[in-house]
Amino acid sequence: MERKDNFISVKHLYSRAAFGISYPNLEALSKKNINKVVDELFKKSTIVEDLKSVDENEMRQQMALQVLLGGKKELTQEEKDQRQEITRIQNERSRTLNIDWLMRLIKTSAPLREKMTLFWHGHFACRSNNPMFAQQLNNIQRKYALGSFRTLLVEVSKSPAMLQYLNNQQNRKGRPNENFARELMELFTLGIGNYTEQDIKESARSFTGWTYDKDGKFQLRPTYHDEGNKTFFGKTGNFDGESIIDIILENPKTATFISRKLYIFFVNETANEAHVKELANHFQAQNYDISAVLKKMFTADWFYAAPNVGTKIKSPAEFLVNLSREFYVTYNKPQVLIQLQSSLGQYLFNPPNVAGWPGGKSWIDSSSLMLRMKIPSLVLNDGQIDFSGKADPEDEAVIALNKPANAKPKPKSYVDAQSDWPKFLTGLPKDIKPLDLAKFLLQPNLNQKIVDMVANNQGLKSTAIEVTSLPEYQLC
Amino acid sequence: MKRRDFLRNSAFTAAGTFFVPAFMKPFEALALDELSQYKNLVVIQLSGGNDGLNTVVPFGNDLYYQKRKNIAIKPEEVIKLNDMQGLNPNLAALREIYDQGWMTLINDVGYPNPDRSHFRSMDIWQTGSDSNQYLSTGWIGRYLDSNCETCKFPYTAIEVDDSLSLALKGGTKKGIALKDPNTLFRNTNEAFFKQMINSSKDHLDENNLGYLYKTMIETSSSANYIQQTSKIYESKATYPNTGFSNQLKTVSKFISSGLKTKVYYVSLSGFDTHVNQVQQQGNLLKQYAEGISAFLNDLKAHNKLEDTLVITFSEFGRRVEQNASNGTDHGTANNMFLFGGKLKKQGIINNAPDLANLENGDLKYQVDFREVYGTILDKWLDVNNQQILNKKFQTMDFI
Repeated sequence: MERKDNFISVKHLYSRAAFGISYPNLEALSKKNINKVVDELFKKSTIVEDLKSVDENEMRQQMALQVLLGGKKELTQEEKDQRQEITRIQNERSRTLNIDWLMRLIKTSAPLREKMTLFWHGHFACRSNNPMFAQQLNNIQRKYALGSFRTLLVEVSKSPAMLQYLNNQQNRKGRPNENFARELMELFTLGIGNYTEQDIKESARSFTGWTYDKDGKFQLRPTYHDEGNKTFFGKTGNFDGESIIDIILENPKTATFISRKLYIFFVNETANEAHVKELANHFQAQNYDISAVLKKMFTADWFYAAPNVGTKIKSPAEFLVNLSREFYVTYNKPQVLIQLQSSLGQYLFNPPNVAGWPGGKSWIDSSSLMLRMKIPSLVLNDGQIDFSGKADPEDEAVIALNKPANAKPKPKSYVDAQSDWPKFLTGLPKDIKPLDLAKFLLQPNLNQKIVDMVANNQGLKSTAIEVTSLPEYQLC
Repeated sequence: MKRRDFLRNSAFTAAGTFFVPAFMKPFEALALDELSQYKNLVVIQLSGGNDGLNTVVPFGNDLYYQKRKNIAIKPEEVIKLNDMQGLNPNLAALREIYDQGWMTLINDVGYPNPDRSHFRSMDIWQTGSDSNQYLSTGWIGRYLDSNCETCKFPYTAIEVDDSLSLALKGGTKKGIALKDPNTLFRNTNEAFFKQMINSSKDHLDENNLGYLYKTMIETSSSANYIQQTSKIYESKATYPNTGFSNQLKTVSKFISSGLKTKVYYVSLSGFDTHVNQVQQQGNLLKQYAEGISAFLNDLKAHNKLEDTLVITFSEFGRRVEQNASNGTDHGTANNMFLFGGKLKKQGIINNAPDLANLENGDLKYQVDFREVYGTILDKWLDVNNQQILNKKFQTMDFI
């Protein structure tokens, strides 16, 4: 049956701007005007709830101990054990943080905020061995996810995770470290080719002295800061970091760069430059208000145009979260989610480098596709899976220390999970046909083969498992 | 039936059952005439940053012993290769390989402005980028993208692992990751999967859905080809019972059965030896050397050693001076090993590391790793390295 209401549009909006939608919600929202649906999506995401996975007091104690041990020339056996223990605790907390965020994504009632947090997580890509730093940055990205891009940028630039990752701790008057200054312009704001090497040098001088203290709080150290005049984009003055950020934001290329990235994330992997320009103009006119540019995007006609529906490859995080939300999945051993992320190529909090995950087709190779097509039947049907993720050198070093040499390879991992089928099935209309269920679960149009395949099906459950195992389910 | 005909027929029986449009299947119709003289590259990645100075030991240099009071390998234990350098005793299995002339050693391979993060430096080695450049494709992936005469098949590059490394990901083409050909074959031959493949001719255009179906069909097609081709061959050689050796055994099976794959990728991890290095690294080096030795002798027995080039790298070496925990911290330049039956230059081909002339306590590089890649691309894989590495690197003369 062809629907006349907003069924398709709402489903599309929620597959891009959220992590999918349940059938009852979709039914209810389909009757409303799409602009109203967009407004409600924003309203639901006004709540900001920090992740509180990592206990900051515990981590501060660990950090203090680490500093103490680091200052000693010779360590006793007990102290060596303590140091190992710190690493072990950090690694364990980092894994818990990862799982807690993934669980938040699965269960959140503020999906747009979390989706944007995921966007900024990839945009301001960062790794930190310190789970407290990683959590702080994640909370900054969440807090300002839908707010002012300027504030977000300043807060990210002041976060210990980023200061450490891009070596601003080492950026001092007289011996600048340009790493942060370069990535600020190349990856976070202007894009490559829109500044000179001299601009980088002058910007680096302005960020000298931006550090964090022993408790993980931002600290401007006046003695490290270069108070001389800097010439940046033709302007001269005794600039500090924030003045540099303001000059960067005056440049319309920043609005274009961010708008293009948003477009690629939400609309289409191939950017339509006319649409990007529309967004960029609005973004700058609205003082870099992130909600404003997103609203513009989600209410544009082209957002719902056929070439933009059901054509984007889900990221591994989107794939896992959508599936788990859709079928109310409980993971009895959530650790397996880390292996899945790693095998699918998106281990959250561990981007490949500061440029983030390349996305699009790069998510898909023979093994990741095979795994993606197998996961639904494993998760939804109590299946088992036989794989081991790639080794992380730092995790491994810890494992090696705690294990005898020549240890056996890692045991197989089992996706020990249950989906709440009764809840899923009672959400569906009583008389729903397998074909309509397939149309609900898949974003692309169904081709004749799938229609034929599903037409012969008896059960809804088997239909659901079948269609989520299709290549079509990889798209949103 | 001649072996070659048998190969051809068995490969075709499997592939012919799929309903695949003509442009998808040129590789299946390829004559297998060049079955011999088919050059392979095997890349071995030592993950975690292997300590090169305790791998190839500069026992002739006092500075080595001064800087590594507790962890230096004693001169009498070193397997001496010349007056200056020798092998860690755990590499004893390589002695015979070295003496046969199947081994080349390059000292101090690195790159300008080295990065000491595992992830970033591995990224740099796998993509072949500069240290301030971010590439989303790997050097082998771009070789696949180049669509040269010998690299257009979906199984041109195989990683013996569950997931695919960035090194093998190109923009439009990617290698295949598989740990075991039978598992992949079973998975792609499940009834549901086969049904999807058989019904997928409508989707093969350039959009994302087309790409997904193309990947699926190629995976299935390759799984069949690999399983059918390699099942006729069973190695009689004995390999040590380690995960690493098993991976090499799989590679040997593929090479010896005449699989038309050009690049194989294998990893051994655990080299991040900050603490109590000697035993941990020793165990790994022993696994490495015994695996390599079994592998090369196996290839030799099947007349494949001359067609095979093996290279070993790690994302960085370690600092010259040991740390306080009888380990070593992240460093920079490192040695690379090359193995094969057709090496033009054998043994140690450049100067030993200069331990007196360091940069912040680290070795300075003598050879950019992309010169090694460039040489292999130009002289072994027969493509222009400039096209793959984005700038021209001078080539070396080890092959």
